[in-house]
Amino acid sequence: MSGRYEALSRALRSGEPAALATVLEGGPVGATIVVRPGAEVLGALGDPELTRVVARDALAALGAGRGGLRHYGLRGEARQGAVTVFLEAFAPPPRMVIFGAVDFTGSLARVAAGLGYRVVVCDARAAFATARRFPQANEVVVEWPERYLARVGDALGPGDAVCVLTHDPKFDLPAIVAALRTEVGYLGAMGSRRTHGRRLEALRAMGVSEADLARVMAPIGLDIGARTPEETAIAIAAEIIACASGRPAPRLRDREGPIH
Amino acid sequence: MRELLDDIDRWRTAGRKVAICRVVDLEGSGPRLPGAAMAVSEDGEVAGSVSGGCVEGAVVDEALAMLRAGAPAHLVRYGISDDDAFAVGLTCGGTIHLLIAPLDW
Repeated sequence: MSGRYEALSRALRSGEPAALATVLEGGPVGATIVVRPGAEVLGALGDPELTRVVARDALAALGAGRGGLRHYGLRGEARQGAVTVFLEAFAPPPRMVIFGAVDFTGSLARVAAGLGYRVVVCDARAAFATARRFPQANEVVVEWPERYLARVGDALGPGDAVCVLTHDPKFDLPAIVAALRTEVGYLGAMGSRRTHGRRLEALRAMGVSEADLARVMAPIGLDIGARTPEETAIAIAAEIIACASGRPAPRLRDREGPIH
Repeated sequence: MRELLDDIDRWRTAGRKVAICRVVDLEGSGPRLPGAAMAVSEDGEVAGSVSGGCVEGAVVDEALAMLRAGAPAHLVRYGISDDDAFAVGLTCGGTIHLLIAPLDW
């Protein structure tokens, strides 16, 4: 049967969720189904009951963002080892929202795109926020950060990132407050220790709780001595990876003294 | 997989047969996680990777032989303990299991 690769490829290109399940042992080796939420299962794994059970597990794997090897009975029974299936979950790519169309934004957008993020650059200043300046971004939005997050913030989850690079309290503060209302997994803000000290005072005065303030990674990035926009992008991306994996990488936030 | 789509589409549009090789399991340490994929066209073009470069050559040979013979999908395993470890082994000491399959779906 043909058409399964095309369906998978369309889903991957458009960032829609899809899963692939392939028989490795105990059945028709290489038999493959393509599973998408709300769409019919394409292909078959031999036994119809096995196909049905594996398709269900593939959807669950998609929700959990984890694939891997699964074992079944010949007719899809659980806790049996007759058939081995490889499940692959292609979740939509994570999102990075960068507030501030500044020098550092292009470099960060480029690094984030390389890591598989769908990158949105948002700045209220139409002169700076142009697709021409940020070809690496999937989307460039001219809007106030808090208005943008009011529109799309609900869609942000633990795998997504918000980076506030504006350096300007007039944009930074509402952006941070709005981002704290989302479930976003990583929230970082650029600025020197002095800038961030003033920012913390202002955020406290706005009623932001200490627990929420602790979510803000600032000064943004790992302590690798980054100076240029390109180096800083690496330091930020590395901090996002370390936060997600829970590794104790040296964060600028956790040290004292000058950043550079 | 995402990074292979452009090459695969180009090969399929040109009517070329394609093999897809995917890491399906990993024992011990290994350079790429399950899901890492490499595509091989019947005339030997390659996209993607399945290891740090340790076993790619052997995987390409295996995929081309399968396409030439019209052979079915099959599992292969590479590890440091294999007799031919010096030829295609993983220097990191792990074992990877790959499915090499014709992309006929």
